[in-house]
Amino acid sequence: MKPASFDYVRAESVEHAVQTLSGADGDGKIIAGGQSLMPMMNFRLVKPSVLVDINRIAGLDRIELRGNRVALGALVRHRMTAEDALIAEHIPVLHHAMKHVAHLTVRNRGTFCGSICHADPAAEMPMMSLLLNGSIHIVSERGKRVLSAGDFFVGSLMTALEPDELVTEIEVDRLPAGTGWAFEEFARRHGDYALAAVAITMDRQNGVATNVRIGLMGVGETPTRMPQLEAMLEGSEVTERTLEEVVDTLRSAIEPNSDLNASADYRRYLAGTLTRRALSDAWLRAREMQS
Amino acid sequence: MTGRIEITVSVNGLSYTRSAEPRMLLSDFLRHELGFTGTHVGCEHGVCGACTILLDGRSARSCLTLAAQVDGASIETVEGLGSVENLGRVQQAFRDHHGLQCGFCTPGFLMTITDMLRHHPLESEAEIREALSGNICRCTGYEHICNAVRELAKERGALK
Repeated sequence: MKPASFDYVRAESVEHAVQTLSGADGDGKIIAGGQSLMPMMNFRLVKPSVLVDINRIAGLDRIELRGNRVALGALVRHRMTAEDALIAEHIPVLHHAMKHVAHLTVRNRGTFCGSICHADPAAEMPMMSLLLNGSIHIVSERGKRVLSAGDFFVGSLMTALEPDELVTEIEVDRLPAGTGWAFEEFARRHGDYALAAVAITMDRQNGVATNVRIGLMGVGETPTRMPQLEAMLEGSEVTERTLEEVVDTLRSAIEPNSDLNASADYRRYLAGTLTRRALSDAWLRAREMQS
Repeated sequence: MTGRIEITVSVNGLSYTRSAEPRMLLSDFLRHELGFTGTHVGCEHGVCGACTILLDGRSARSCLTLAAQVDGASIETVEGLGSVENLGRVQQAFRDHHGLQCGFCTPGFLMTITDMLRHHPLESEAEIREALSGNICRCTGYEHICNAVRELAKERGALK
């Protein structure tokens, strides 16, 4: 229950952090909030030889509006995301999802970018990144690159991030005023990892749904978008009948895992029920847009 | 660099300097190096909340924080809330409402509640219960703890 030995380096800058990581020969780890990494280090599931602390790097804790995108820096903590006025106004679905994230004390420390790097398939931030077409800004001594959330999550607790790379920020879509949205999650206890959750955004134009996005989590190895359901709804009016069709298709399309907390069948049923609720909420929230 | 590193930290308003291994948890640093044994160690992986302290004014799990990370920071522990002879307000409310039995989880609850009272509106019962949900008590149950917080929130009034 105590971490194995490591070298500790407090990074003074992004350059210093990636230099140190690069020097660790693939055995370095970044620590920001530490709310997932520290338990794994205490259990010695993770034993980095070098721990690079980015908490004192100036300028990484900003939330910024950039045109039709919002950028969240690597030190934006869950509490900041949850309380930020910009996010509440421009990405209400994210603002609402934050209410389900962990507990007060964990939200004080844990970061948005740290959570996507940890890539738990039942955590909110990876799924919201996917839903909001997130682009993840990555830097290493070898240079900079940007990955889409779709390319970033490759498996349960696995990402496309190389051992010498640091995520400096993520950019996500802001939603146009009037966009309908909904977030539904079920966990046995508040703040626990979700058994399943769904997030939806959609616009309403000429009486039909458009720009439909559906994100699911807790029902596979990674969070996932549901393009076949999004296509079914595109250009349709949301009625009881469409809801039934979408839910039926969803339940046959997903292959959730069974574990201690829930069986695959239960999760499949739950995902359908949450999606039905979220779809009707998002539809009712959407305001008719001018074309 | 796996050697010891020097850490200067303020705990309950007094500055301390010690050296520690990089891997030393803040919970162990407070207890073993500085003698603040009021901070209890339960699960050591961030689930139980017994080791909650305030780090620069906000609650944090000291078992998920390294001592090396708090160099230059300001820490508050349960010892800073009051003493046996002179209980702090949150401690007194726990006593009045029977908010503890064995007392093992109590320091963590007291520190979380201190953060709640300083920073959170606490306007509804649901908000109070959600804010307390990261701390686990295995004997009292939570009813009396909620009663204590409700009284403290009412006494404080609206958040400034």
